[in-house]
Amino acid sequence: MGKKITLTVDGKQISVSAGMNVVDAAKEAGIEIPVFCHHPKMDPVGMCRMCLVEIGRPVRDRATGEFVMEDGKPKIQFMPKLETACTNKAEDGMVVVTQSPRVKDAQRGTVEFLLTSHPLDCPVCDKGGECPLQDLTMKYGPGKSRFDLSQKQHFEKALPLGELIYLDRERCIFCARCVRFQDEIAGEAVLAFDDRNRLTHIISESEPGFNSVFSGNTTDICPVGALTTTDFRFGARPWEMQAESSICMQCPVGCNITFNTRREAGSDGEIVIKRVMPRQNEEVNEIWLCDKGRFSTHHYAEGKERLTKPMLRKEDKLVRASWDNALKAAGEAFNANKKDFVVLASGRLSNEDLFNLKSLADTVGGETILYSDMGGGELTQLVGVGAGTNLSELGAGDAILVFASDLYEEAPIWHLRVKQAAERGATVIVAAGRQTKLDRFAKHVIRYAYGDELKTISDLAKGGAEIADEFAAAKNAVVFYGSDGLGVNGTSAVAAACADLLKETNHIGGPNNGLIGVWQRANDQGAFEIGFRPTEDLAKALKGKAVYIVGADPVGDDPNYAKALKGAKFVAVQELRESATTDIADVVFPAQAFVERDGSVTSGERRIQRFYATLPVKGDAKPDYAITALLAKQMGVILQSASASVVFEILAHSIEAFNELTYDSLAEVKEQWPIVGRDDMYYGGTTYANKKGMGVQLIPAAQAGGAVKIQKMRKEAALRPKADEVLAVPVNKLYDLGVTVKSAGILDERIGELKISVNSATAKKLDAEAGQIVKISFEGAQGEGVVKIDDSVAAGVALIPRSMGVAIHEPIIARAQIKTGGKAK
Amino acid sequence: MGVFDPVIELTKGLGETLRSFFFEPTVTVNYPEEKQPVRPRFRGRHVLKRYDNGLEKCIGCALCAAACPSDAIFVEAAENTDEKRYSPGERYASTYEINMMRCIYCGFCEDACPTEAIVLGDNYELSFVSREDAIYTKEQLLEVVADESMLTPRKTEKGVYTRSVPEMKNPADYERYERK
Repeated sequence: MGKKITLTVDGKQISVSAGMNVVDAAKEAGIEIPVFCHHPKMDPVGMCRMCLVEIGRPVRDRATGEFVMEDGKPKIQFMPKLETACTNKAEDGMVVVTQSPRVKDAQRGTVEFLLTSHPLDCPVCDKGGECPLQDLTMKYGPGKSRFDLSQKQHFEKALPLGELIYLDRERCIFCARCVRFQDEIAGEAVLAFDDRNRLTHIISESEPGFNSVFSGNTTDICPVGALTTTDFRFGARPWEMQAESSICMQCPVGCNITFNTRREAGSDGEIVIKRVMPRQNEEVNEIWLCDKGRFSTHHYAEGKERLTKPMLRKEDKLVRASWDNALKAAGEAFNANKKDFVVLASGRLSNEDLFNLKSLADTVGGETILYSDMGGGELTQLVGVGAGTNLSELGAGDAILVFASDLYEEAPIWHLRVKQAAERGATVIVAAGRQTKLDRFAKHVIRYAYGDELKTISDLAKGGAEIADEFAAAKNAVVFYGSDGLGVNGTSAVAAACADLLKETNHIGGPNNGLIGVWQRANDQGAFEIGFRPTEDLAKALKGKAVYIVGADPVGDDPNYAKALKGAKFVAVQELRESATTDIADVVFPAQAFVERDGSVTSGERRIQRFYATLPVKGDAKPDYAITALLAKQMGVILQSASASVVFEILAHSIEAFNELTYDSLAEVKEQWPIVGRDDMYYGGTTYANKKGMGVQLIPAAQAGGAVKIQKMRKEAALRPKADEVLAVPVNKLYDLGVTVKSAGILDERIGELKISVNSATAKKLDAEAGQIVKISFEGAQGEGVVKIDDSVAAGVALIPRSMGVAIHEPIIARAQIKTGGKAK
Repeated sequence: MGVFDPVIELTKGLGETLRSFFFEPTVTVNYPEEKQPVRPRFRGRHVLKRYDNGLEKCIGCALCAAACPSDAIFVEAAENTDEKRYSPGERYASTYEINMMRCIYCGFCEDACPTEAIVLGDNYELSFVSREDAIYTKEQLLEVVADESMLTPRKTEKGVYTRSVPEMKNPADYERYERK
């Protein structure tokens, strides 16, 4: 923290760090100055005039610069008029009066004036009950108006700004919080004011409307009900809902969230999740959430497709079975094939589930495979970011390298925080094979050809060039690496090279230094900690084995895996929902969703965070760790399954990195700034305060003082497509066809169709135009997509998003053919 | 005490009975054939009122449920369309239930209602044989309409019923209600 200054607010001496404005300074000392437009995360604008206060400054002698003294005290001179507390920085010796009759009168006047054209909508408004305008009107308003009510400005009611956000123009009080959020924080200026006077209103300037992945946050900070979300439209009144803390399961950031639940007649009297709200964790997601998390993180736990009873294959048909019979059948089959026992699990599972799976496989001598296209987790264990890392602390003199990852599409909140670090002066280097959204905020952009990843990193490590030297000289340096254009082997090699770079430049072993994996699923890092590893050739690994698949749908994802599993000896599937994989299974175990049980996950920054049971259990489903323990019993292995906390305790004692962690330590919270929560909604928005734990970061081996030895990876020959072929490269897309996104329904328009990006030269060679349908085929897989021209892509390369219908895991030579006559609409 | 005293007392009592039988007005009523009218401010079973055109006054704001001290009211809201309109404005109550076993007839729900949709009526004849029956649904609570064209939901003209809460009068008109 910087220099401290002392000022007096309402006769109370307070000491704050220099540079704070008067509203924030008073808030920190527990004195409330009401605001509508000011938000602690954004620059003040002084638009609403609600924060008018009397400010007096000590008079200084012009000659000496010393305070002029009067009766032994500095002489204070007040301005003749009131001043806005948000646009005035706190100064040494300043005197602020927030309770005088003049101030009260100004506040009354401001509220009265704001209400001259605010509709009497509170009974039907979704914000009603958690509305700053309501709250501050009750507290500071005049109680009655002198204005003619018939002169209120009317607009047509709710206007969809996109498919996620509704705008009610009458309710807007022109605080510009949403416009400023999009400009300053999201970096996507898609909102603006239009027209003048009373006709002023917010418009979306993008096509499709409100085209931002952070749009939901504007509804949190809107001080009135002008911006509301479509999924919660008239869903419930805020005071009717229960709140439970959880963690978003959509990406490795591990955003802290709060579920609002309510019993609902429309859902047959079940308790359902009505909305997802951010929960403050300044070290993870601050007070923000991306739209993928807000609008889809819980939906795959709902619906008719949910499995509620165990099933057993009898005469080629899956029939309902008791837990005993299903477990017995699976136990017998696995006992008979102990040598071929394979556990395939994904990062959708919690630490506890993965630990029990690993224990079972290890005890009976089976194999464990992580269902992922991305490797390198053993290196993040070694040189991952040190405990105490907070991306908000990175600024001038620090460096962030984002390698082979489009953070905007893979982990939007990291994109947001890296962007803010760049604005604080950090050197952001983006290295990718194509243009990404972060390029705009980066100091240096390195564009390599897909296949040249390792060479690019070794150039950075070599030094000499400006970028390499800047990275090496940085005070702190963080490297994000991802799976953009890379498969398991590629990412493992890149991770090793990045780890080497960090080691060579001495950026390991401390907070705000180290490697972060941008994983494909929420708990991939946890899976690595527990000992799961992905495999290069999954089809081969599954063929002829007795497979126990947990939380993954390989059959639906890739025809090659489907073929391999057909040749498997036995397939037991543990899932939430019916899938293509449960269709071919011999035994199906219904698992509880993360919203129905306790557990913990490990984020990409290696932060262990707890989620809590929010909804009642559906049918006979059991938590994954308990099912594994029951199955283990059939196989002669005793595993603990009394509760998630018990399993975690054993996990923490078995794995060194988790040492001394307990569920209680994960649930600890500390004081955070800015103050948000239910009593301060006018200040920080409707974000929930964190009461159920901020998580604990694991200490990487490098920080613990262990020796860091990084194995050099063998370099693979780059793939060179022939004349009539293209190099098909997998990239990641935020809204894909994965069940966790697709099941939300509301995001369907954002998912869109499969777009295959090529540059104009390649398009010309293929004789293709933008919008035409192209057929891509390679070893065992094929698919059709719409041609998109992207000239940032190298020639001869076709970018194919993962999980959009084409089973692509790593770069591969493919044939591309334009479908004649097939022009997309 | 004389031997005729009991007879005298008995005759006295019988005389009083006969006097009131012949000369005093009847105070009891033959319920249920005959019913006593209730007082104007009597609080009986709730009725969900309609506007004159048949549209429901209730907009599903759930303020009645919030005001209810015995948590007897459950409301769920949904969105009106011009194709399927229940009430004026954007919002209507898709579910409206009152548990009459819990209700204490305090009338707070009436006070909380911004559209005067819920009114405690004069019906006091509530009887049920199960707990489920004690929960009155929206269909049971809604006012009966005169003819079929006034039933909800119904198709309405576009852009006519855009406001949920009836237009308020000018504050100056309220001056006379104010306590000086």
